[in-house]
Parts: sequence; C-alpha cells; structure tokens
Amino acid sequence: MAKTKQPLPAWADIILIPLINLFIAFAVSSIIIYLIGENPFEAFKVMIEGAFGTSEGIGYTLYYATNFIFTGLAVAIAFHAMLFNIGGEGQAYIGGLGVAVALLALDGILPFWALFPIAIIAGMLFGAAWAAIPAYLQAYRGSHIVITTIMFNFIAANLMVYLLVNIFIVPGSMTPESRVFTENAQLPFMHEMLGWIGIQISESPLNLSFIVALVVSILFWIYVWHTRWGYATRAVGFSESAAEYAGIDPKKIIMVTMLISGGLAGLAGLNEVMGVQHKLMLDFVAGYGFTGIAVALMGRNHPVGIILSSILFGALFQGGAELAFEMPAISKEMVFVIQGLIILFSGALAYMSKPWLERFFSLFVGDNSSEMEVA
Amino acid sequence: MRYMKVAVASAIVALAGSTLSAGDFKPAVVFDLGGKFDKSFNEGVYNGLEKFKKETGVNYRGFEVTNATQREQAIRKMAKKGSDPVLGIGFAQGPAIEKVAGEFPNTKFGIIDMVVNKPNVQSIVFKEHEGSFLVGLLAAMASKSSKVGFIGGMDIPLIRKFACGYEQGVKYANPKAEVIQNMTGSTPSAWNNPSRGGELAKGQFDRGVDVVFAAAGGTGVGVYQAAKDSGKLAIGVDSNQNYMQPGTMLTSMVKRVDVAAYNLFKNAMDGKFKGGIQALGLAEGGVDWALDKYNEKLITPEMKKAVDAAKADIISGKIKVHDYMSDNTCKY
Repeated sequence: MAKTKQPLPAWADIILIPLINLFIAFAVSSIIIYLIGENPFEAFKVMIEGAFGTSEGIGYTLYYATNFIFTGLAVAIAFHAMLFNIGGEGQAYIGGLGVAVALLALDGILPFWALFPIAIIAGMLFGAAWAAIPAYLQAYRGSHIVITTIMFNFIAANLMVYLLVNIFIVPGSMTPESRVFTENAQLPFMHEMLGWIGIQISESPLNLSFIVALVVSILFWIYVWHTRWGYATRAVGFSESAAEYAGIDPKKIIMVTMLISGGLAGLAGLNEVMGVQHKLMLDFVAGYGFTGIAVALMGRNHPVGIILSSILFGALFQGGAELAFEMPAISKEMVFVIQGLIILFSGALAYMSKPWLERFFSLFVGDNSSEMEVA
Repeated sequence: MRYMKVAVASAIVALAGSTLSAGDFKPAVVFDLGGKFDKSFNEGVYNGLEKFKKETGVNYRGFEVTNATQREQAIRKMAKKGSDPVLGIGFAQGPAIEKVAGEFPNTKFGIIDMVVNKPNVQSIVFKEHEGSFLVGLLAAMASKSSKVGFIGGMDIPLIRKFACGYEQGVKYANPKAEVIQNMTGSTPSAWNNPSRGGELAKGQFDRGVDVVFAAAGGTGVGVYQAAKDSGKLAIGVDSNQNYMQPGTMLTSMVKRVDVAAYNLFKNAMDGKFKGGIQALGLAEGGVDWALDKYNEKLITPEMKKAVDAAKADIISGKIKVHDYMSDNTCKY
C-alpha cells in the first residue's frame, strides 16, 4: 500500500469506499431518471425486485455473475503481477471456441462425466493460448500488454466470424452457428439439478458452471496467497526489480500469470457455450470480458470481493433488463447509462473519495501513523 | 368541475367498453441486438408497428435485447404476461421462438427472417435475391463502364445472398459486365461504419465502377455520399433510400419488413393469423425496386421496360434466381 500520512482502516477501504461509490452512482442515476420523467425510487425498486425478487430473477443474476466471476478473476490475477489484461473479451471468446471444438468432436462418443473435465481443460487451454502471445510479447519483447491484448480482442472477433461463417455453420442454415451439442454435452441447469433433489425453482440459465466458478475462486485464493508461485506473482507486482533481485524470474511470472488469466477468462466460454447456448455462436461474450475489469477493481482483486461485485453486476444486468421491460420510458440506452455510471464510480473513480475519507478519519484518530506502519 | 370530471371519466369508461376487443389484444415485439433505431431492419419493423399503433390505437409491448441470452428471456416474459401475438425479429431469435412457442402452444408467435416449424408460429422470410436481381439488372444497364460494385455490411450468408442475386441480375443484362464486391467487415460494427463504406466505394470507383449497390445498413450512408461526391450512381437497400442523395441514387432494393410486421399484427387482431412459412418475394410485394420522384430521371424507359419484364419473368418462374443460402454457393 502507498504510504499516506493517515492510512485508512482496512474495513473502510474494503467496505466503506465501495458503498460510497455505489451511493454516488445511484444518486447521479436518480437525477437522470428523474429528468426523463420517471420515479427513481420506483425504478430502483423494479431493478432490485427484478434481480432478487423471484427465483427466476436470482437465477439470471447469478448466471451473469458466473461470467463476471471468471472474467473478474482473470483480470485480478493479472493485476497481482501489475499486468493490465484487457483481453478478457477475446480470451473468453476463444475459450468458448475451445469448449465447442472439444464438444463437437466428442459429444457423440463420450459420456457427460468425461466431457465435462475435457471441456473445462479445452476452454482454459484455448483462453490461455490466446493470452500467450501478448504475454510473450510483453515479457520478452517489451510490447505493452494493454495494447496487444486489445488488439487480440479484434483478432478473436474476426477469427470467430471466419470460423463460424465458413466452417462451423450448419450447411443451408441462415445463422452463423454450430450445430447444437447432444444432451450429454450440456451442463445441467440449476433448476434441473435442484429438481433432482426435490426443490422446484423457475427456469433460468443458471447452470453447473456457477459451482465451477465458486471452486475456481477458492483455488484462486489458495494460489495467490498460499503458494510460492502466488507469492512470486505478487512480488513481481509490487516491484519487478526487487523480485528479480530476490531470485524470481519476472519474465516467467508474466508468462505464467497471463496463461492463468487467459485460462480463467476462457472459462466464461464454458458457462455460455456448454452451459447456456449449447452451441457456438457469434458474440456470445457480449462485453462480459470488459465488465470483468470493473468487477476486479471493485472486488479489490480478492475472490470474495470479486464474487460480491459479480453478483452486484449480475443484478445490474438482470435488473436493468427488467427495468427496460417494466418502464417503457427507460430504454436500453438508459440502462446502459446507469450501468456505466456504476462502473465509472466504482471502477475508474474508485478512489475518488479516498482523500476526503482520510481527512475525515484523521479528525477522530490522532497521529498514529507510526503505529500503523509498524502494524 | 367535479361533475365534468365524472362525465369525462364515464365517457372514457364507455369508450373503453366499446373497444374491448382492442383492449384484449396485446401484441408484443422483441427487437434484436442493434435496437429499434438501427436505421435498418429493426427500425423497419418499428415503423410498421408504429403505423399499426396509430391506425388501430392498440399499444404494444416492446423490448430490445442487449445480449444473446435475453432473447429467450424476453420472449418468454412477453408470453407469460399474456401478450399475443409475440413477434421476434431476426434469424438469431429463431431458436428462442421455437422453444417458447412450444411452452405456450396457445399463444401466437411470429418471426421475421427465419423459419420456425411450429403450428403457432408464422415465419416470414424474404426472397432478397429476387429484389437484388432487379437492381443488378438496372445497375448493369445504367453502367457505362460495364463495371458495377457491391458493398456488403457484415460478411454473413444473408449478405452473400444479396450479392449473389445482384450478380445474377448484372450478368442477365450484360454477360460481359464485371462485378467488384467488397464486404465492410466481419463484426457487427460493419453495419454502421459509413466512413469505411465511403472508402470502399471510392476504391471501387477508382477501379472503373460507376454504379454501386450497398447492402450494408448504416454503412450505406457513406457509400451514397461517396457516389454523390464522385458523380457516380448508388443503390440503396431495405427501405426506399432514394431521397438520401437525389440525383445519384439509381434506385433502392426495398424489403418491406414494415409491411410484414404490420400485417402480422393486423391479421392477428382480425383473427386471421396463420402459422407456417410466408416467403415474401416479388410476387408478394415483399421485395421490390423503388421508383419515385427522386430517381425517375435516372431510369430510362428502356430500363423500366427491361426491369418490368424481368420482374414478370421471375414471378412467372421463367427466370430462376439462385438463392445463395439454399446451398451456400453462388453457382447459377
């Protein structure tokens, strides 16, 4: 942490600042909703009820959250090594390609329990491979990872169009989509799984990959804070030269971290391709890779924070759809504005209120900065 | 004053009572990615439905999806809320309509640009290749250099269908004519990139093209501008775009999605809804070429005669226009 004169207590940084940011975002959104002639309280009520009020709403919220957990973790692991991976979008897209290739090739041969791990591995491998080239260029050639990963998003989009239009398309079909996978190559939906044990919930796209996302979050925590590799990753993030002095090879860490990052993003393809759409199609990533950046920022690069902010963003997406549905005056563009404000205040302006808070806290706490430093 | 209010209120109640059938009719539409103001396909539907709303006074529910998963969600939600009929726009909504139509067998559904085989679904598709054939014929006749151009939007089979029909029309009028084709891009942004459209058009003009057909959504605006700037001719698409650059717009290949959407709602309201496929070609007035005051000076009597003859021959089946999407090739 940067040394300020009066550091904030940890709880203020982790809980208070995100809450303040959310509050500002909602306040600004309220003004806009009021200006177009709708009742802001009514609008937020619709959003919250839409996201959490029904089992269907919760299902959609958590389905979106599944994507955000994967892409958020992908951005976060790169952050720990001070790498800014903006390529989550393309890596998730290509990860989905990996899942689809594996399933299209094997769904007639293997049963579900064999296809499931194969699809996970294929998605991670393809996502990692897509991150590997920008990682190599950053580590060994000094090309900035931000630029190269953005470029790779475009390459991924074009590659997928080519593959879908020319190779995967079902002959004679209107739509550039692959054929639908057989039943044994589809992840069970949450409403199906809960149905097996006698719990009835409404149909939603929420599926087994949500559980995968939670397991991956635990593995992420173990890796980053409880393994030597994770330590090395964070060391490189704090200071590359110091890490090198300590005998860590930063180039290798950059490679490994970006491969993991790409693999995590690729798992978003698992949720979309194997979990929901059951086929390869255009643009199934729909911006989840980019939203992952805001999710990681808001979640402070910690799995618990990322899960919570993923649920928040999932609720925004689902509640936003509900809002556009229930209030005709609020168009989808308005919903984008509200989502954008929340991303702006909790992502780009995440620390806007920090100096004020620091001044505020120093009113109550004496000058104990020396103590804090020791602690 | 209070009595006035009561009187007005009871008048409204009486009115509402007399148009009960209209109140029970609750149509809905789910627009696809791009939204209802995409200056193209979705907007055509929107215009048709707004006309319906104005004429009948029946309001409709609308939703614009922002990602692929929302298609099924929105269509199901409409059906659940008792909307009937529910209209889906674009081929991408096909699977969602199919699934939800199965869950709600008593609700009527419609889909434009895609075929869904369910008894309660009306599938509306267009024979774009037939309309493209006619404008291709006009392009070849208007061209002095015997070189005509085609600029597509996103490189998908549907746009290749336009290109293939166009090419056949060109060769029909002038077997020696050359067709130079460009696609704007391979991502959805290709539908709305006028500056790239303009550059592609100028590139084609440099290679001798003097008539260009843009089947590229919003990208076409740049193509038409480039044609005007270079003194060449351009052909519009989807809606009648002749007015956009009067004098250099040779014609437009119109695809009447507005009429299709309007008719679907109107027929459902009048109890004349029919499931099954409606393929709207030249014969049905689903596609056509546009002639109005903006381009009448560009269309010579000779051209008009030729295009009318070709139109009649296509309708009678004498000319068979190959559909690219029937086998994903352009062999004819």
